[in-house]
Amino acid sequence: MLLAAGRGLALAVGSLPLSILGFCLSLVSMALIPIGVGALTTPYVVQGVRAYAERRRALAERWGGVRVPSAYRPAPATANPFRRTYALLRDPATWRDLRWLLVDMTAGYLTALLPAVLVLYPLEGLALAAGLWRVVGDGDGGAYWYAFVPVDGQATALGAGALAAALLFVAHRYTVSVFQVHFRLTEAMLTPSQAELAARVRVLTETRRDAVDTSAAELRRIERDLHDGAQARLVAMGMDLGTVEMLVDKDPEKAKALLAQARRSSAEALSELRDLVRGIHPPVLAERGLGDAVRALALRLPVATEVSVELEGGRVDAPVESAAYFAVSELLTNAVKHSGAGRIWVDLHHGAGRLRISVTDDGAGGAAIGAGSGLAGVERRLGTFDGVLAVSSPAGGPTMVTMEIPCVLS
Amino acid sequence: MRVVLAEDLFLLRDGLVRLLEAYDFEIAAAVETGPELERALAELEPDVAVVDVRLPPTHTDEGLQCALRARRRRPGLPVLVLSQHVEQLYARELLADGTGGIGYLLKDRVFDAEQFVDAVRRVAAGGTAMDPQVIQQLLARRSGDGQGPVDRLTPREREVMELMAQGRSNAAIAGNLVVTERAVAKHTANIFVKLGLEVSDDDNRRVLAVLAYLDRER
Repeated sequence: MLLAAGRGLALAVGSLPLSILGFCLSLVSMALIPIGVGALTTPYVVQGVRAYAERRRALAERWGGVRVPSAYRPAPATANPFRRTYALLRDPATWRDLRWLLVDMTAGYLTALLPAVLVLYPLEGLALAAGLWRVVGDGDGGAYWYAFVPVDGQATALGAGALAAALLFVAHRYTVSVFQVHFRLTEAMLTPSQAELAARVRVLTETRRDAVDTSAAELRRIERDLHDGAQARLVAMGMDLGTVEMLVDKDPEKAKALLAQARRSSAEALSELRDLVRGIHPPVLAERGLGDAVRALALRLPVATEVSVELEGGRVDAPVESAAYFAVSELLTNAVKHSGAGRIWVDLHHGAGRLRISVTDDGAGGAAIGAGSGLAGVERRLGTFDGVLAVSSPAGGPTMVTMEIPCVLS
Repeated sequence: MRVVLAEDLFLLRDGLVRLLEAYDFEIAAAVETGPELERALAELEPDVAVVDVRLPPTHTDEGLQCALRARRRRPGLPVLVLSQHVEQLYARELLADGTGGIGYLLKDRVFDAEQFVDAVRRVAAGGTAMDPQVIQQLLARRSGDGQGPVDRLTPREREVMELMAQGRSNAAIAGNLVVTERAVAKHTANIFVKLGLEVSDDDNRRVLAVLAYLDRER
């Protein structure tokens, strides 16, 4: 009971200003779209409101045990603010969030506050009965009203105390359920409709199929590489060693030459395996994480590359880390091969539950997401993690590719 | 010469112990994990440490971190780092303090026992042993645009520089390229002039200068 009251109070006090702020900012920002300013601010405001709603969803699950699903469409894959804004406004979830903010700052506020009132108000009544009545009565003999009881002497104060006791009983029985009403309200306002969930399922089905296809193709490539490479070399090595065994007495010179050849074969097999491992999961990624792996990658490029990393010292989830690494690797290869760039900048940054990576070069530009550009493949693989990719590459350069993947740091 | 050896794979550890003992090294300790290595380096005061980058318990770069910490405590402590892969990033960290006594080699180099033991001895004596692959990576970066000073070296000078950057002495380079030591000295002087570096008689200072030059940002 006390826990619910305390949480309710904290929630009421904390959420009211944020909800009002979110609502007002959204309205102002959207009203300013016709004059252009709104198009720049709206994406940020909407993302902020979404982050806030997600926090409240998490709170509803932790404190109220109420799971509120969320189904936002992935952030649009374009750097153009007007198109971004347009796509966000078309998402029904944006409008649902606004409705929720309105309800949250009124009914939501009251239902969060009520448990605290139910616990604190009886305390005042009990205090009155215990003697506080002497102090609170105003000087000219008027009564102090506790609910509907006029308190002007010990007798009425005791009456107030009795009412308080009754209220306390009610609080004991109902505080938790009243608090629960608050979360049910959040659930009712924030739960996406069937159609939105269906759309989300469609996206998930598609990205899952892509993921399965990609990993199957990867496995086939690895199998082929092992079969034609290291395996074949080990066979040759075994044969050489067998011949050596036979020749060692008869023709030591020839045996020596074959031994040298076997050693060369083993060195080549090792080097092939090393390249293969680098393609599956680069060792430096396992040893140091995304930041240093990208730094090591940059050191291997023939083009001067600056890497800046802001990951708050945390590690990105292993699958996301690997996907992000290979995406960066592909983008860097593209920049080196096709753009003729003299400088490349890589920026890794984590904030607000998203990993944001941008790769910029001062090359010729003209890159686009299209069949065979490599960018389409990167976009598809990021899709598995609800990641998106945006390309800005006017003819003449510079090219900037930005990726965003939702993830947490550990 | 007393060696502390850290390698988590039994077969390799065993092989290395036998190889080093065959060349009259004394194995002070052959350990498996990072914490054991930490203790061995602190207590046994070895002449040289041979360390695998990846060690238990974390299986990340525990061995490398141990080696770097030990060198901070005892500057110049000779350390030869072995790995299944070489990264310029790690080489840079190892060379950062500029005191020498550093080796960084692929595990494959153990195949050539003579050369490997030579590298251990060189590192123990305060010299350098960089893997040819590290040098290749550095050179590939330096000569990316085909315009830099590295591209003005003759093919022979480039060969000499590669061997020098690996940490070989003039005598070893001469033996490797089948030329006289005087010829190598001449090439070396040319290289230093072309790269605009100050010539030094000290082998190790020379190696570190070349490595620093190659690693510098363009």
